[in-house]
Amino acid sequence: MSSVRVLVGTRKGAFVLTADGKRQRWDISGPHFTGWEIYHVKGSPVDQNRLYASQNTGWFGQLIQRSDDGGKTWEPVGNEFMYEGTPGPHKWYDGTPHPWEFKRVWHLEPSLTDLDTVYAGVEDAALFRSTDGGKSWQELSALRNHSTAPNWQPGAGGMCLHTIIQDPSNPGRIFIAISAAGAFRSDDAGNTWRAINQGLRSEFIPDPNAEVGHCVHRIAMHPSRPNVLFMQKHWDVMRSDNAGDLWHEVSGNLPTDFGFPIDVHAHEPDTIYVVPIKSDSEHIPFDAKLRVYRSRTGGNEWEALTKGLPQENCYVNVLRDAMAVDSLDSCGVYFGTTGGQVYASADAGDNWAPIVRDLPAVLSVEVQTLP
Amino acid sequence: MIRVVIPAHLRTLVQVDGEVKLDVDGQVTQRSILDALEARFPVLRGTIRDHATLQRRAFVRFFACAEDLSLESPDAPLPDAVAKGVEPFMVVGAIAGG
Repeated sequence: MSSVRVLVGTRKGAFVLTADGKRQRWDISGPHFTGWEIYHVKGSPVDQNRLYASQNTGWFGQLIQRSDDGGKTWEPVGNEFMYEGTPGPHKWYDGTPHPWEFKRVWHLEPSLTDLDTVYAGVEDAALFRSTDGGKSWQELSALRNHSTAPNWQPGAGGMCLHTIIQDPSNPGRIFIAISAAGAFRSDDAGNTWRAINQGLRSEFIPDPNAEVGHCVHRIAMHPSRPNVLFMQKHWDVMRSDNAGDLWHEVSGNLPTDFGFPIDVHAHEPDTIYVVPIKSDSEHIPFDAKLRVYRSRTGGNEWEALTKGLPQENCYVNVLRDAMAVDSLDSCGVYFGTTGGQVYASADAGDNWAPIVRDLPAVLSVEVQTLP
Repeated sequence: MIRVVIPAHLRTLVQVDGEVKLDVDGQVTQRSILDALEARFPVLRGTIRDHATLQRRAFVRFFACAEDLSLESPDAPLPDAVAKGVEPFMVVGAIAGG
């Protein structure tokens, strides 16, 4: 019987939540790396027992942990993230030049095809790759040397590269997103990059239609349709039907189109999920009701999913890497909150229940569907 | 034998209880102690001082003999009591935040 393993990164450690295919009874393992911020934990699609975790504190910096037994045991691997060459400046919040400084790894994305290859998206924004299972890291520096890079600025959470998507039908194609620079695409495995922000409009920057400067919060893709991308921007939910060449807004009837995560149903490429948040200045659910919104039409028409979620006095947030889906039938949807709850729906969002209620603030949620 | 105390999170990381005892060749300085510490536990590289510059991380401090030595030269000789193993060299996570 299939089972699922939910990988949760929090402000104070990592947790591994497991259940059988019914997804009703859960075992909780953790905390792993107690007291450390775990920005992301993700498993390799090549071998699901191979996991990577990004472990960080302001005191002792960055570590990368690797597990080869599905999270039972962990081994620290390489933690040296050196920018290639002498990095030039980007723009600071006030527009002045500011040197590129490594702070942390936000996102780890294992290769779709090679067990020992894994990508890391870091703050200050850059893309690194390891081909030896995380022991050593090399920057794919063409991204940071993009002609627009001197104009990149940090978002409120820092200048982070938080989204890495590999195209399963085109090994050379990688999408990444940076707050607050925007989205970029490489068609040659990271040797060259182009900004793919046409159609985005951000009222809070001097030129709302600028080539870069957009605070992209998250991008999602269904592997069966890699040219279709969905984006939760700072404000606006967007869609592209041509691999990011042009975006159009699909916020439709959402009560607010600010938010962080966005994800796609495992079996229905036009079914997408977002969690509307009231505003960028408040970061709380609209009307104090925690509601996931689902569109079955690829955007524009949205329905609120509320069964099992708190519908009063709720003031948590759901961060950009804190939503995931499993590939069981029916599709399971999962998200974690800054209040420490991890919610799961075993029926594509119709009904929700907390797996666990009192974890530290959740930074990331990933799901593995195990045979 | 040099005695070194490292913060709890780093003791967990390298799986040691209590003090670390190190043999240090030559003059006993912050640099020679940290070089020996990182040679014993390579996973500590980057956690106490920067990988490239070898400068102390901002929220890490160095103490010995009740003195804050954080701003001393990394190549300055440490007190005899540290060199003789009477007093430990202490790596401390700064108290920050609230």
